[in-house]
Amino acid sequence: MSEIELRNLRKSFGSVDVIKGVDMTIHHGEFMVFVGPSGCGKSTLLRLIAGLEDITSGDMLFDGKVVNKVTPKDRGIAMVFQSYALYPHMTVYENMAFGMQLSGNGKDAIDKRIHEASDMLQITPYLKRLPKQLSGGQRQRVAIGRAIVRDPKVFLFDEPLSNLDAALRVATRLEIARLHERMHETTMIYVTHDQVEAMTLADRICVLRDGLVEQIGTPLELYERPQSLFVAGFIGSPKMNFLDGKYAADYRATTIGVRAEHLEIGAPDKGWPGKVVHTENLGADSYVYADLGTAEPVIVRQNGTTRFDNGKAVGIIPTAALVHRFGPDGRPAAA
Amino acid sequence: MPASVKTGAFYLFIAAIVTFAVFPFYYAIITSFKTGTAIFDISYLPTSFGLENYLSVLKSGGKALTWDDVFHFNISGFPLNFVNSVIISTLVVCLALLIAVTASFALSRVRFRGRGLLMMTILSVSMFPQVAVLPGLFEIIRALGLFNKMPALIFSYTIFTLPFTVWVLTTFMRDLPVEIEEAAIVDGASPWTIITRIFLPLLWPALVTTGLLAFIAAWNEFLYALTFTLDNAHRTVPVAISQLTGASDHEIPWGPIMAASVIVTLPLIVLVLIFQRKIIAGLTAGGVKG
Repeated sequence: MSEIELRNLRKSFGSVDVIKGVDMTIHHGEFMVFVGPSGCGKSTLLRLIAGLEDITSGDMLFDGKVVNKVTPKDRGIAMVFQSYALYPHMTVYENMAFGMQLSGNGKDAIDKRIHEASDMLQITPYLKRLPKQLSGGQRQRVAIGRAIVRDPKVFLFDEPLSNLDAALRVATRLEIARLHERMHETTMIYVTHDQVEAMTLADRICVLRDGLVEQIGTPLELYERPQSLFVAGFIGSPKMNFLDGKYAADYRATTIGVRAEHLEIGAPDKGWPGKVVHTENLGADSYVYADLGTAEPVIVRQNGTTRFDNGKAVGIIPTAALVHRFGPDGRPAAA
Repeated sequence: MPASVKTGAFYLFIAAIVTFAVFPFYYAIITSFKTGTAIFDISYLPTSFGLENYLSVLKSGGKALTWDDVFHFNISGFPLNFVNSVIISTLVVCLALLIAVTASFALSRVRFRGRGLLMMTILSVSMFPQVAVLPGLFEIIRALGLFNKMPALIFSYTIFTLPFTVWVLTTFMRDLPVEIEEAAIVDGASPWTIITRIFLPLLWPALVTTGLLAFIAAWNEFLYALTFTLDNAHRTVPVAISQLTGASDHEIPWGPIMAASVIVTLPLIVLVLIFQRKIIAGLTAGGVKG
């Protein structure tokens, strides 16, 4: 059992406020992803939960108990670091055994747990090797294995995939997702700046911006009902199209946002008149960039491959019901 | 200029530097094997070979040193000075490394007020000439009742080695990734466990390098060894060599002095050879980030 509750949590480094009052509840067994641009405080928040940083003010509760002053090892957490942070002079086996040895477990118990974890992660053949003899993906699996062996109540990931190449990232992402299914009793918190990782892994996503929670919700909630311009622009790839001025005025809003898949291309006299500036064909779908005379061209997603000559005049037709309307404060405009 | 002349000049230059560096040692070695008046003949090649100088230096209590004396620690004279030097230098290295490792952990890893100032103080302290500190240190040694005792030298050498060892180890420790330390904290390691089980194995090359330099400094130190000791039984080798006497007061016993110098250099050479690889790794490891 481990439910984590943050109450008006603040963290300052000297005069710099990094976390400016965060309230949040992370449920037992939940996979929570902190996502946000660099410098938003997501890693700091994770380190506060880990106990690697002291809380400036506010309370942190694990299962209803305040743990502000509890050391990392007594919080029952395990952490996977971005740079793996394996002990370079120890073999894979020793790396995984270190934590259990320190907490005074017997040799047999340690051995059993390490073999369970290494079988699960398919790193058994490497147990005798040193970290420097492993590839990046193997190292990250060892780092995850070291965390599993500690049998944590809370599993923390600090951008674990950002040092891996694209193919390995997808494979390891899948492995982490399966790990979560197997360890469904364990609460997992995952920090990333990559919204695709957030969307694919999370039970719930917490979007952070400038030390404050912007929105917490399931991936689809954030995608379909973003509560701010920032979340709307951050979640989803390609980025949501934003339009203001007369385009927004038609919808009685200051800014409107339309996802690429909610736009259609029609004859030049339909919808918003524009000109095609570029087309990206990805095989299964394609993205057409059309210039409407706004700061940035709008992106239209088309199924299959398409062919438009650059400079061709087109009309862009939004699906009116799926247009997001935002008021002057960047929040959703009242109907 | 043709390439062959360039290469030739280059090797000539190297030869000059090597000669300049090695000749004094070479001359000491060949002199140590000469006896009698042969010592005063200037010759650059070994002319005679005799072990008399070595035997006279290794005399313990007026007679030749035997293995039996060594095992029963029944030694005096130069061999005793040698043992003194070994004990003092080894203890200085152990003490200095113990203090330096813990101090540099604090200086490189713990955030506290005045850390930068402390580092600068340590650096500036190491720039004081020995003789400037001598009177004050002498008072402390006397007040502690350590005069003419081995701890006096251990104490003062450790003081003088520490700024250097702390400074070097702090630089090394700063380069170790913070995540490794944090991973150990999450694993439940105390600061002492982190130092001994994580940092020390990683700092091994740096420890060997600084330890060896500290050993050499303590081994060769002269001024304090002369000032803080009174009788021959407590002296270290540098002072003992300077106090070697010949047949009369006016004779400088060059032969035994050279033999003693060669004997004294041997342990250093052996240590350097043993740790050679580690030293090279240590000297470069801190400079460039992997």
